[in-house]
Amino acid sequence: MSIAVTTQIICFLVLSLVVIVGALGVILLESIVYSAFLLGGVFMSVAGLYLLLNASFVAAAQVLVYVGAVNVLIIFAIMLVNKKEDLKPIDNLKSRRIISTSICLTLLSLLIRVDLSNVWGLADPNKSIGEESTIRIGEHLFSDYLLPFEVASVLLLMAMIGAIVLARRDVMNEDISTGLPVDQELIEKSSEPLLMKKN
Amino acid sequence: MNSGLDLEYSFNEILKGLGLSSELAHIIWLPLPMLLVLVSAVVGVLVTVWLERKISAAAQQRIGPEYAGALGVLQPIADGLKLLVKEDIIPAKADSILFTGGPILVLVPVILSWLIVPFGQNLLISNVGIGIFLWIALSSIQPIGLLMSGYASNNKYSLLGGLRAAAQSISYEIPLALSVLAIVLMTNSLSTVDIVNQQSGAGILSWNIWRQPVGFIIFWICALAECERLPFDLPEAEEELVAGYQTEYAGMKFALFYLGSYINLILSALLVSILYLGGWGFPIPVEIISKVLNLPINAPVIQVFTASIGIIMTVLKAYLLVFIAILLRWTTPRVRIDQLLDLGWKFLLPISLANLLVTAGLKLAFPQFFGG
Repeated sequence: MSIAVTTQIICFLVLSLVVIVGALGVILLESIVYSAFLLGGVFMSVAGLYLLLNASFVAAAQVLVYVGAVNVLIIFAIMLVNKKEDLKPIDNLKSRRIISTSICLTLLSLLIRVDLSNVWGLADPNKSIGEESTIRIGEHLFSDYLLPFEVASVLLLMAMIGAIVLARRDVMNEDISTGLPVDQELIEKSSEPLLMKKN
Repeated sequence: MNSGLDLEYSFNEILKGLGLSSELAHIIWLPLPMLLVLVSAVVGVLVTVWLERKISAAAQQRIGPEYAGALGVLQPIADGLKLLVKEDIIPAKADSILFTGGPILVLVPVILSWLIVPFGQNLLISNVGIGIFLWIALSSIQPIGLLMSGYASNNKYSLLGGLRAAAQSISYEIPLALSVLAIVLMTNSLSTVDIVNQQSGAGILSWNIWRQPVGFIIFWICALAECERLPFDLPEAEEELVAGYQTEYAGMKFALFYLGSYINLILSALLVSILYLGGWGFPIPVEIISKVLNLPINAPVIQVFTASIGIIMTVLKAYLLVFIAILLRWTTPRVRIDQLLDLGWKFLLPISLANLLVTAGLKLAFPQFFGG
Protein backbone atom coordinates (compact mmCIF):
# COMPACT_ATOMS: atom_id res chain seq x y z
CA MET A 1 0.00 0.00 0.00
CA SER A 2 1.47 3.34 -0.97
CA ILE A 3 1.72 6.28 1.41
CA ALA A 4 -0.89 8.31 -0.48
CA VAL A 5 -3.51 5.57 -0.15
CA THR A 6 -2.77 5.12 3.56
CA THR A 7 -3.15 8.86 4.16
CA GLN A 8 -6.46 8.83 2.30
CA ILE A 9 -7.78 5.93 4.36
CA ILE A 10 -6.74 7.58 7.64
CA CYS A 11 -8.38 10.85 6.56
CA PHE A 12 -11.55 9.02 5.53
CA LEU A 13 -11.79 7.14 8.84
CA VAL A 14 -11.21 10.27 10.93
CA LEU A 15 -13.70 12.34 8.91
CA SER A 16 -16.43 9.68 8.98
CA LEU A 17 -15.91 9.22 12.73
CA VAL A 18 -16.30 12.98 13.25
CA VAL A 19 -19.42 13.04 11.06
CA ILE A 20 -21.10 10.17 12.94
CA VAL A 21 -20.12 11.20 16.47
CA GLY A 22 -20.85 14.87 15.73
CA ALA A 23 -24.26 14.12 14.24
CA LEU A 24 -25.15 11.97 17.27
CA GLY A 25 -24.02 14.84 19.48
CA VAL A 26 -26.21 17.30 17.58
CA ILE A 27 -29.37 15.32 18.37
CA LEU A 28 -28.46 13.88 21.78
CA LEU A 29 -26.84 16.81 23.62
CA GLU A 30 -29.06 18.79 25.98
CA SER A 31 -27.39 22.15 25.31
CA ILE A 32 -28.69 23.72 22.12
CA VAL A 33 -25.54 25.86 21.74
CA TYR A 34 -23.28 22.79 21.73
CA SER A 35 -25.59 21.18 19.17
CA ALA A 36 -25.30 24.21 16.89
CA PHE A 37 -21.49 24.31 17.08
CA LEU A 38 -21.26 20.53 16.56
CA LEU A 39 -23.45 20.93 13.47
CA GLY A 40 -20.76 23.25 12.10
CA GLY A 41 -18.17 20.54 12.77
CA VAL A 42 -20.29 17.98 10.93
CA PHE A 43 -20.63 20.32 7.92
CA MET A 44 -16.86 20.83 7.89
CA SER A 45 -16.19 17.09 7.94
CA VAL A 46 -18.63 16.55 5.08
CA ALA A 47 -16.64 19.17 3.16
CA GLY A 48 -13.52 17.14 3.95
CA LEU A 49 -15.20 14.03 2.52
CA TYR A 50 -15.96 15.96 -0.69
CA LEU A 51 -12.30 16.94 -0.83
CA LEU A 52 -11.30 13.26 -0.61
CA LEU A 53 -13.60 12.63 -3.60
CA ASN A 54 -11.62 15.21 -5.66
CA ALA A 55 -14.57 17.64 -5.62
CA SER A 56 -12.70 20.67 -4.29
CA PHE A 57 -15.20 23.24 -5.62
CA VAL A 58 -18.12 21.44 -3.99
CA ALA A 59 -16.12 21.23 -0.75
CA ALA A 60 -15.41 24.97 -0.73
CA ALA A 61 -19.04 25.74 -1.59
CA GLN A 62 -20.13 23.45 1.26
CA VAL A 63 -17.94 25.40 3.70
CA LEU A 64 -19.10 28.78 2.34
CA VAL A 65 -22.82 28.00 2.30
CA TYR A 66 -23.37 25.55 5.15
CA VAL A 67 -20.71 26.64 7.65
CA GLY A 68 -20.40 30.29 6.70
CA ALA A 69 -24.06 31.08 6.15
CA VAL A 70 -26.49 28.44 7.45
CA ASN A 71 -24.64 27.54 10.63
CA VAL A 72 -23.75 31.14 11.48
CA LEU A 73 -27.43 32.05 11.04
CA ILE A 74 -28.50 29.21 13.36
CA ILE A 75 -26.01 30.28 16.05
CA PHE A 76 -27.06 33.91 15.60
CA ALA A 77 -30.71 32.99 16.11
CA ILE A 78 -29.88 30.95 19.22
CA MET A 79 -27.86 33.77 20.73
CA LEU A 80 -30.48 36.43 20.06
CA VAL A 81 -33.25 34.39 21.73
CA ASN A 82 -31.24 32.76 24.48
CA LYS A 83 -33.95 32.54 27.13
CA LYS A 84 -33.14 30.45 30.16
CA GLU A 85 -36.30 28.41 30.02
CA ASP A 86 -36.85 24.93 31.40
CA LEU A 87 -38.53 22.61 28.98
CA LYS A 88 -41.96 21.32 30.03
CA PRO A 89 -41.94 17.71 31.18
CA ILE A 90 -43.47 15.40 28.58
CA ASP A 91 -45.69 12.46 29.51
CA ASN A 92 -44.56 8.93 28.72
CA LEU A 93 -41.05 10.10 27.86
CA LYS A 94 -39.66 6.58 28.13
CA SER A 95 -42.12 4.95 25.71
CA ARG A 96 -41.74 7.89 23.29
CA ARG A 97 -37.97 7.39 23.32
CA ILE A 98 -38.27 3.65 22.73
CA ILE A 99 -40.65 4.16 19.78
CA SER A 100 -38.50 6.84 18.12
CA THR A 101 -35.32 4.81 18.61
CA SER A 102 -36.90 1.74 17.03
CA ILE A 103 -38.15 3.81 14.06
CA CYS A 104 -34.68 5.30 13.58
CA LEU A 105 -33.01 1.89 13.81
CA THR A 106 -35.45 0.47 11.23
CA LEU A 107 -34.63 3.35 8.87
CA LEU A 108 -30.92 2.78 9.43
CA SER A 109 -31.19 -0.94 8.68
CA LEU A 110 -33.16 -0.10 5.52
CA LEU A 111 -30.39 2.28 4.41
CA ILE A 112 -27.68 -0.30 5.16
CA ARG A 113 -29.67 -2.86 3.17
CA VAL A 114 -29.88 -0.39 0.24
CA ASP A 115 -26.15 0.25 0.47
CA LEU A 116 -25.31 -3.46 0.41
CA SER A 117 -27.75 -4.59 -2.25
CA ASN A 118 -27.35 -1.73 -4.71
CA VAL A 119 -24.58 -1.88 -7.28
CA TRP A 120 -22.92 1.55 -7.21
CA GLY A 121 -21.64 2.90 -10.50
CA LEU A 122 -18.09 3.93 -9.65
CA ALA A 123 -16.30 6.34 -11.95
CA ASP A 124 -12.94 5.25 -13.30
CA PRO A 125 -10.34 6.94 -11.05
CA ASN A 126 -8.02 7.36 -14.05
CA LYS A 127 -10.65 9.43 -15.84
CA SER A 128 -11.18 11.78 -12.88
CA ILE A 129 -11.66 15.36 -14.07
CA GLY A 130 -10.38 16.91 -10.83
CA GLU A 131 -9.99 20.67 -11.18
CA GLU A 132 -12.05 20.65 -14.37
CA SER A 133 -15.15 20.01 -12.27
CA THR A 134 -15.72 23.74 -11.62
CA ILE A 135 -16.13 24.31 -15.35
CA ARG A 136 -18.40 21.26 -15.72
CA ILE A 137 -20.64 22.47 -12.87
CA GLY A 138 -20.95 25.88 -14.55
CA GLU A 139 -21.80 24.33 -17.91
CA HIS A 140 -24.50 22.15 -16.37
CA LEU A 141 -25.99 25.05 -14.40
CA PHE A 142 -26.41 27.10 -17.56
CA SER A 143 -27.69 24.32 -19.83
CA ASP A 144 -29.66 21.31 -18.61
CA TYR A 145 -30.09 22.49 -14.99
CA LEU A 146 -31.02 26.08 -15.90
CA LEU A 147 -34.69 25.77 -14.90
CA PRO A 148 -34.10 24.35 -11.38
CA PHE A 149 -31.38 26.99 -10.89
CA GLU A 150 -33.74 29.83 -11.81
CA VAL A 151 -36.63 28.36 -9.79
CA ALA A 152 -34.36 28.24 -6.75
CA SER A 153 -33.54 31.93 -7.21
CA VAL A 154 -37.26 32.83 -7.44
CA LEU A 155 -37.85 30.83 -4.24
CA LEU A 156 -35.10 32.76 -2.46
CA LEU A 157 -36.56 36.06 -3.68
CA MET A 158 -39.96 35.07 -2.28
CA ALA A 159 -38.42 34.16 1.05
CA MET A 160 -36.64 37.51 1.15
CA ILE A 161 -39.81 39.49 0.42
CA GLY A 162 -41.61 37.49 3.10
CA ALA A 163 -38.89 38.31 5.62
CA ILE A 164 -39.09 42.02 4.76
CA VAL A 165 -42.88 42.02 5.17
CA LEU A 166 -42.55 40.31 8.55
CA ALA A 167 -39.80 42.66 9.72
CA ARG A 168 -41.18 45.97 8.43
CA ARG A 169 -44.48 46.11 10.30
CA ASP A 170 -44.50 49.89 9.92
CA VAL A 171 -45.15 49.45 6.19
CA MET A 172 -47.61 46.55 6.34
CA ASN A 173 -49.28 47.45 9.65
CA GLU A 174 -52.59 45.71 9.03
CA ASP A 175 -53.36 42.07 9.50
CA ILE A 176 -54.38 40.88 6.03
CA SER A 177 -57.10 38.44 7.11
CA THR A 178 -58.73 40.39 9.96
CA GLY A 179 -57.93 43.99 9.01
CA LEU A 180 -56.88 44.83 12.57
CA PRO A 181 -53.72 46.85 13.29
CA VAL A 182 -50.87 44.53 14.25
CA ASP A 183 -48.67 44.63 17.29
CA GLN A 184 -45.85 47.12 16.67
CA GLU A 185 -43.89 46.49 19.84
CA LEU A 186 -40.71 45.33 18.14
CA ILE A 187 -40.31 48.31 15.84
CA GLU A 188 -37.48 50.67 16.60
CA LYS A 189 -38.85 53.99 17.76
CA SER A 190 -37.14 57.21 16.70
CA SER A 191 -35.19 58.32 19.74
CA GLU A 192 -34.80 61.75 21.28
CA PRO A 193 -31.60 63.49 20.22
CA LEU A 194 -28.97 63.32 22.97
CA LEU A 195 -27.96 66.95 22.64
CA MET A 196 -30.88 69.34 22.70
CA LYS A 197 -30.59 72.42 20.55
CA LYS A 198 -29.88 75.60 22.43
CA ASN A 199 -32.54 78.17 21.87
CA MET B 1 5.08 31.45 -19.94
CA ASN B 2 8.42 30.52 -18.44
CA SER B 3 8.21 28.12 -15.53
CA GLY B 4 10.75 29.96 -13.36
CA LEU B 5 12.42 28.38 -10.38
CA ASP B 6 10.96 25.05 -9.33
CA LEU B 7 12.47 24.37 -5.93
CA GLU B 8 10.36 21.27 -5.30
CA TYR B 9 11.61 19.56 -8.44
CA SER B 10 15.27 20.37 -7.70
CA PHE B 11 14.90 19.29 -4.05
CA ASN B 12 13.34 15.98 -5.08
CA GLU B 13 16.13 15.42 -7.62
CA ILE B 14 18.78 15.95 -4.93
CA LEU B 15 17.09 13.52 -2.54
CA LYS B 16 16.67 10.96 -5.32
CA GLY B 17 20.37 11.33 -5.99
CA LEU B 18 20.94 10.34 -2.36
CA GLY B 19 19.05 7.12 -3.03
CA LEU B 20 15.59 7.92 -1.59
CA SER B 21 12.35 6.97 -3.30
CA SER B 22 10.37 9.78 -4.90
CA GLU B 23 7.50 9.26 -2.45
CA LEU B 24 9.79 9.66 0.56
CA ALA B 25 11.35 12.75 -1.02
CA HIS B 26 7.87 14.20 -1.44
CA ILE B 27 7.04 13.56 2.22
CA ILE B 28 10.28 15.21 3.35
CA TRP B 29 9.52 18.17 1.06
CA LEU B 30 5.90 18.67 2.19
CA PRO B 31 6.43 20.28 5.63
CA LEU B 32 9.21 22.63 4.43
CA PRO B 33 7.13 25.24 2.53
CA MET B 34 4.44 25.06 5.22
CA LEU B 35 6.96 25.81 7.98
CA LEU B 36 8.53 28.55 5.88
CA VAL B 37 5.19 30.24 5.26
CA LEU B 38 4.19 29.90 8.94
CA VAL B 39 7.46 31.46 10.04
CA SER B 40 7.19 34.26 7.49
CA ALA B 41 3.60 34.96 8.60
CA VAL B 42 4.69 35.27 12.23
CA VAL B 43 7.71 37.41 11.34
CA GLY B 44 5.35 39.52 9.22
CA VAL B 45 3.19 40.03 12.30
CA LEU B 46 6.20 41.17 14.36
CA VAL B 47 7.14 43.65 11.64
CA THR B 48 3.57 44.92 11.39
CA VAL B 49 3.26 45.36 15.16
CA TRP B 50 6.49 47.38 15.19
CA LEU B 51 5.28 49.45 12.23
CA GLU B 52 1.94 50.02 13.94
CA ARG B 53 3.63 51.29 17.09
CA LYS B 54 6.10 53.50 15.24
CA ILE B 55 3.61 54.95 12.74
CA SER B 56 0.98 55.59 15.40
CA ALA B 57 3.65 57.35 17.44
CA ALA B 58 4.60 59.47 14.44
CA ALA B 59 0.94 60.27 13.77
CA GLN B 60 0.56 61.48 17.35
CA GLN B 61 3.97 63.23 17.48
CA ARG B 62 5.43 60.76 20.01
CA ILE B 63 8.64 58.75 19.73
CA GLY B 64 7.20 55.29 20.26
CA PRO B 65 9.22 52.23 21.32
CA GLU B 66 12.82 53.29 21.66
CA TYR B 67 14.86 51.20 24.12
CA ALA B 68 14.24 47.59 23.02
CA GLY B 69 16.84 47.22 20.29
CA ALA B 70 17.71 49.83 17.69
CA LEU B 71 14.62 52.00 17.06
CA GLY B 72 12.66 49.59 19.26
CA VAL B 73 12.63 46.74 16.74
CA LEU B 74 12.67 44.17 19.53
CA GLN B 75 9.55 45.62 21.15
CA PRO B 76 7.10 43.20 19.43
CA ILE B 77 9.19 40.24 20.62
CA ALA B 78 9.04 41.62 24.16
CA ASP B 79 5.25 41.99 23.78
CA GLY B 80 4.98 38.42 22.54
CA LEU B 81 7.13 37.03 25.36
CA LYS B 82 5.04 38.92 27.91
CA LEU B 83 1.84 37.35 26.55
CA LEU B 84 3.52 33.94 26.46
CA VAL B 85 4.41 33.87 30.16
CA LYS B 86 1.16 35.42 31.42
CA GLU B 87 -1.25 33.30 33.41
CA ASP B 88 -3.92 31.57 31.33
CA ILE B 89 -7.20 32.55 33.00
CA ILE B 90 -10.55 30.94 32.29
CA PRO B 91 -13.34 32.84 34.08
CA ALA B 92 -15.23 30.73 36.63
CA LYS B 93 -18.63 31.18 34.96
CA ALA B 94 -17.30 30.75 31.41
CA ASP B 95 -17.81 27.68 29.26
CA SER B 96 -14.25 26.35 29.25
CA ILE B 97 -14.48 24.15 26.12
CA LEU B 98 -15.97 26.83 23.87
CA PHE B 99 -13.78 29.47 25.54
CA THR B 100 -10.67 27.55 24.41
CA GLY B 101 -12.06 26.60 21.02
CA GLY B 102 -13.01 30.14 19.97
CA PRO B 103 -9.50 31.60 19.47
CA ILE B 104 -8.37 28.44 17.65
CA LEU B 105 -11.28 28.67 15.21
CA VAL B 106 -10.40 32.31 14.58
CA LEU B 107 -6.72 31.68 13.90
CA VAL B 108 -6.67 28.38 11.95
CA PRO B 109 -8.67 29.49 8.85
CA VAL B 110 -6.51 32.60 8.51
CA ILE B 111 -3.30 30.56 8.52
CA LEU B 112 -4.82 27.96 6.17
CA SER B 113 -5.57 30.74 3.68
CA TRP B 114 -1.81 31.31 3.22
CA LEU B 115 -1.92 28.08 1.18
CA ILE B 116 -2.84 30.07 -1.92
CA VAL B 117 -0.59 33.13 -1.58
CA PRO B 118 1.98 33.01 -4.39
CA PHE B 119 5.36 34.75 -4.13
CA GLY B 120 6.42 33.57 -7.59
CA GLN B 121 5.47 31.21 -10.39
CA ASN B 122 6.23 28.14 -8.24
CA LEU B 123 6.76 29.83 -4.89
CA LEU B 124 3.54 28.89 -3.16
CA ILE B 125 2.46 25.93 -1.04
CA SER B 126 -0.20 24.63 -3.38
CA ASN B 127 -1.58 25.92 -6.67
CA VAL B 128 -5.08 24.58 -6.03
CA GLY B 129 -7.58 24.99 -8.84
CA ILE B 130 -10.20 26.72 -6.70
CA GLY B 131 -7.54 29.21 -5.53
CA ILE B 132 -9.09 32.46 -4.41
CA PHE B 133 -12.45 30.76 -3.75
CA LEU B 134 -10.75 28.72 -1.02
CA TRP B 135 -9.85 31.95 0.76
CA ILE B 136 -13.44 33.25 0.56
CA ALA B 137 -14.77 29.93 1.89
CA LEU B 138 -12.20 29.76 4.71
CA SER B 139 -12.76 33.34 5.81
CA SER B 140 -16.44 32.50 6.32
CA ILE B 141 -15.49 30.10 9.16
CA GLN B 142 -14.07 32.91 11.28
CA PRO B 143 -17.43 34.36 12.46
CA ILE B 144 -18.21 31.02 14.14
CA GLY B 145 -15.06 31.32 16.24
CA LEU B 146 -15.95 34.91 17.13
CA LEU B 147 -19.51 33.95 18.11
CA MET B 148 -18.13 31.00 20.09
CA SER B 149 -15.72 33.10 22.13
CA GLY B 150 -18.29 35.85 22.59
CA TYR B 151 -20.85 33.39 23.92
CA ALA B 152 -18.45 31.33 26.05
CA SER B 153 -17.07 34.37 27.91
CA ASN B 154 -20.44 34.79 29.65
CA ASN B 155 -20.13 38.56 29.54
CA LYS B 156 -22.56 40.97 27.93
CA TYR B 157 -19.82 43.00 26.23
CA SER B 158 -18.24 39.85 24.82
CA LEU B 159 -21.56 38.57 23.48
CA LEU B 160 -22.36 41.93 21.86
CA GLY B 161 -18.86 42.11 20.38
CA GLY B 162 -19.14 38.58 19.00
CA LEU B 163 -22.55 39.27 17.44
CA ARG B 164 -21.29 42.53 15.93
CA ALA B 165 -18.21 40.82 14.53
CA ALA B 166 -20.27 38.08 12.92
CA ALA B 167 -22.81 40.55 11.47
CA GLN B 168 -20.00 42.69 10.11
CA SER B 169 -18.07 39.91 8.44
CA ILE B 170 -21.22 38.37 6.93
CA SER B 171 -22.34 41.67 5.39
CA TYR B 172 -18.94 42.58 3.98
CA GLU B 173 -18.23 39.14 2.59
CA ILE B 174 -20.77 39.58 -0.22
CA PRO B 175 -19.31 42.73 -1.90
CA LEU B 176 -15.85 41.24 -1.32
CA ALA B 177 -16.76 38.03 -3.15
CA LEU B 178 -18.47 39.99 -5.95
CA SER B 179 -15.41 42.16 -6.58
CA VAL B 180 -13.22 39.03 -6.64
CA LEU B 181 -15.71 37.53 -9.10
CA ALA B 182 -15.10 40.43 -11.51
CA ILE B 183 -11.37 39.63 -11.46
CA VAL B 184 -12.05 35.91 -11.95
CA LEU B 185 -14.27 36.80 -14.91
CA MET B 186 -11.36 38.62 -16.55
CA THR B 187 -8.86 35.85 -15.80
CA ASN B 188 -11.04 32.84 -16.69
CA SER B 189 -9.51 31.08 -13.70
CA LEU B 190 -9.78 30.98 -9.92
CA SER B 191 -6.11 30.16 -9.43
CA THR B 192 -4.01 32.96 -7.90
CA VAL B 193 -1.06 32.09 -10.15
CA ASP B 194 -3.21 32.55 -13.26
CA ILE B 195 -4.57 35.83 -11.89
CA VAL B 196 -1.02 37.20 -11.55
CA ASN B 197 0.12 35.83 -14.90
CA GLN B 198 -2.82 37.53 -16.61
CA GLN B 199 -1.53 40.88 -15.28
CA SER B 200 2.11 40.36 -16.26
CA GLY B 201 1.87 41.30 -19.94
CA ALA B 202 3.08 44.91 -19.94
CA GLY B 203 4.40 45.54 -16.45
CA ILE B 204 2.65 48.21 -14.42
CA LEU B 205 0.28 49.10 -17.29
CA SER B 206 -1.40 45.69 -17.31
CA TRP B 207 -2.15 45.56 -13.58
CA ASN B 208 -5.78 44.98 -12.71
CA ILE B 209 -6.05 48.25 -10.78
CA TRP B 210 -6.39 50.17 -14.06
CA ARG B 211 -9.10 47.86 -15.34
CA GLN B 212 -10.90 47.40 -12.02
CA PRO B 213 -10.55 50.69 -10.09
CA VAL B 214 -14.00 50.38 -8.51
CA GLY B 215 -13.41 46.74 -7.62
CA PHE B 216 -10.08 47.68 -6.02
CA ILE B 217 -11.69 50.26 -3.73
CA ILE B 218 -14.57 47.95 -2.79
CA PHE B 219 -12.17 45.10 -2.09
CA TRP B 220 -9.93 47.28 0.08
CA ILE B 221 -12.85 48.65 2.14
CA CYS B 222 -14.25 45.15 2.62
CA ALA B 223 -10.86 43.71 3.49
CA LEU B 224 -10.43 46.36 6.19
CA ALA B 225 -13.89 45.53 7.51
CA GLU B 226 -13.10 41.80 7.53
CA CYS B 227 -9.90 42.47 9.47
CA GLU B 228 -11.86 44.61 11.96
CA ARG B 229 -9.49 47.51 11.50
CA LEU B 230 -10.45 51.09 12.18
CA PRO B 231 -12.66 52.69 10.82
CA PHE B 232 -14.51 49.36 11.10
CA ASP B 233 -13.34 48.08 14.50
CA LEU B 234 -16.83 48.06 16.03
CA PRO B 235 -16.58 44.53 17.46
CA GLU B 236 -13.90 45.71 19.87
CA ALA B 237 -14.88 49.37 20.19
CA GLU B 238 -13.11 50.29 23.44
CA GLU B 239 -15.46 53.08 24.47
CA GLU B 240 -18.61 51.00 24.05
CA LEU B 241 -17.72 47.35 24.57
CA VAL B 242 -14.50 47.33 26.68
CA ALA B 243 -12.76 45.05 24.16
CA GLY B 244 -15.65 43.16 22.58
CA TYR B 245 -15.22 39.41 22.35
CA GLN B 246 -11.64 39.66 23.66
CA THR B 247 -12.67 41.17 27.02
CA GLU B 248 -12.31 38.03 29.14
CA TYR B 249 -9.24 36.66 27.39
CA ALA B 250 -5.71 36.81 28.78
CA GLY B 251 -2.29 35.37 28.05
CA MET B 252 -1.80 33.10 25.08
CA LYS B 253 -5.51 32.89 24.16
CA PHE B 254 -5.59 36.67 23.80
CA ALA B 255 -2.36 36.44 21.82
CA LEU B 256 -4.08 34.07 19.39
CA PHE B 257 -6.72 36.72 18.63
CA TYR B 258 -4.01 39.34 18.31
CA LEU B 259 -1.94 37.14 16.01
CA GLY B 260 -5.02 36.20 14.00
CA SER B 261 -6.02 39.80 13.34
CA TYR B 262 -2.52 40.83 12.26
CA ILE B 263 -1.97 37.74 10.09
CA ASN B 264 -5.35 38.51 8.53
CA LEU B 265 -4.28 42.09 7.82
CA ILE B 266 -1.08 40.96 6.09
CA LEU B 267 -3.00 38.28 4.19
CA SER B 268 -5.53 40.85 2.98
CA ALA B 269 -2.75 43.19 1.89
CA LEU B 270 -1.04 40.32 0.04
CA LEU B 271 -4.28 39.39 -1.68
CA VAL B 272 -4.95 42.98 -2.74
CA SER B 273 -1.47 43.08 -4.26
CA ILE B 274 -2.08 39.74 -6.01
CA LEU B 275 -5.53 40.59 -7.32
CA TYR B 276 -5.00 44.22 -8.29
CA LEU B 277 -1.31 45.18 -8.19
CA GLY B 278 0.28 42.47 -10.28
CA GLY B 279 1.44 40.16 -7.46
CA TRP B 280 5.09 39.28 -7.90
CA GLY B 281 5.35 41.26 -11.13
CA PHE B 282 7.99 43.99 -11.41
CA PRO B 283 6.67 47.31 -12.83
CA ILE B 284 8.91 46.67 -15.85
CA PRO B 285 8.43 43.21 -17.41
CA VAL B 286 11.28 40.76 -16.73
CA GLU B 287 11.43 39.87 -20.45
CA ILE B 288 12.61 43.42 -21.23
CA ILE B 289 15.22 43.34 -18.47
CA SER B 290 16.65 40.05 -19.73
CA LYS B 291 16.73 41.48 -23.26
CA VAL B 292 18.65 44.53 -22.05
CA LEU B 293 21.09 42.31 -20.14
CA ASN B 294 21.39 40.08 -23.23
CA LEU B 295 20.63 36.91 -21.29
CA PRO B 296 18.10 34.20 -22.21
CA ILE B 297 15.02 34.16 -19.97
CA ASN B 298 15.88 30.66 -18.70
CA ALA B 299 19.44 31.47 -17.61
CA PRO B 300 20.03 30.51 -13.94
CA VAL B 301 21.07 34.07 -13.05
CA ILE B 302 17.88 35.52 -14.50
CA GLN B 303 15.77 32.85 -12.79
CA VAL B 304 17.23 33.54 -9.34
CA PHE B 305 16.94 37.28 -10.05
CA THR B 306 13.29 36.90 -11.09
CA ALA B 307 12.42 34.81 -8.05
CA SER B 308 14.02 37.24 -5.59
CA ILE B 309 12.51 40.25 -7.35
CA GLY B 310 9.15 38.44 -7.16
CA ILE B 311 9.35 37.90 -3.41
CA ILE B 312 10.57 41.47 -2.83
CA MET B 313 7.83 42.98 -5.01
CA THR B 314 5.04 40.95 -3.36
CA VAL B 315 6.20 41.86 0.15
CA LEU B 316 6.84 45.50 -0.81
CA LYS B 317 3.36 45.96 -2.29
CA ALA B 318 1.76 44.20 0.68
CA TYR B 319 3.61 46.37 3.20
CA LEU B 320 2.72 49.52 1.31
CA LEU B 321 -0.93 48.53 1.79
CA VAL B 322 -0.29 47.65 5.45
CA PHE B 323 1.19 51.14 5.85
CA ILE B 324 -1.96 52.69 4.37
CA ALA B 325 -4.10 50.55 6.68
CA ILE B 326 -2.12 51.68 9.75
CA LEU B 327 -2.29 55.31 8.65
CA LEU B 328 -6.07 54.94 8.19
CA ARG B 329 -6.38 53.42 11.64
CA TRP B 330 -4.75 56.37 13.38
CA THR B 331 -6.39 59.14 11.34
CA THR B 332 -10.04 58.12 10.84
CA PRO B 333 -12.89 58.04 13.37
CA ARG B 334 -14.91 54.89 13.92
CA VAL B 335 -18.22 54.49 12.06
CA ARG B 336 -21.43 53.64 13.94
CA ILE B 337 -22.98 50.18 13.57
CA ASP B 338 -25.93 51.49 11.51
CA GLN B 339 -23.58 53.45 9.25
CA LEU B 340 -21.46 50.32 8.85
CA LEU B 341 -24.39 48.15 7.81
CA ASP B 342 -25.81 50.92 5.58
CA LEU B 343 -22.45 51.23 3.81
CA GLY B 344 -22.20 47.48 3.33
CA TRP B 345 -25.72 46.67 2.15
CA LYS B 346 -26.98 49.86 0.54
CA PHE B 347 -23.79 51.19 -1.06
CA LEU B 348 -21.07 48.57 -1.58
CA LEU B 349 -23.38 45.72 -2.57
CA PRO B 350 -25.22 47.57 -5.43
CA ILE B 351 -21.97 49.10 -6.65
CA SER B 352 -20.17 45.76 -6.70
CA LEU B 353 -23.09 44.21 -8.59
CA ALA B 354 -22.95 47.03 -11.15
CA ASN B 355 -19.16 46.60 -11.35
CA LEU B 356 -19.64 42.92 -12.13
CA LEU B 357 -22.19 43.72 -14.84
CA VAL B 358 -19.95 46.37 -16.44
CA THR B 359 -16.96 43.99 -16.31
CA ALA B 360 -18.94 41.25 -18.02
CA GLY B 361 -20.10 43.73 -20.69
CA LEU B 362 -16.60 45.09 -21.27
CA LYS B 363 -15.21 41.56 -21.47
CA LEU B 364 -17.61 40.80 -24.31
CA ALA B 365 -17.12 44.18 -26.02
CA PHE B 366 -13.29 44.45 -25.75
CA PRO B 367 -12.02 40.90 -25.28
CA GLN B 368 -8.39 41.91 -25.97
CA PHE B 369 -8.27 44.28 -22.97
CA PHE B 370 -10.55 42.51 -20.53
CA GLY B 371 -9.58 38.89 -21.04
CA GLY B 372 -11.33 36.94 -23.83
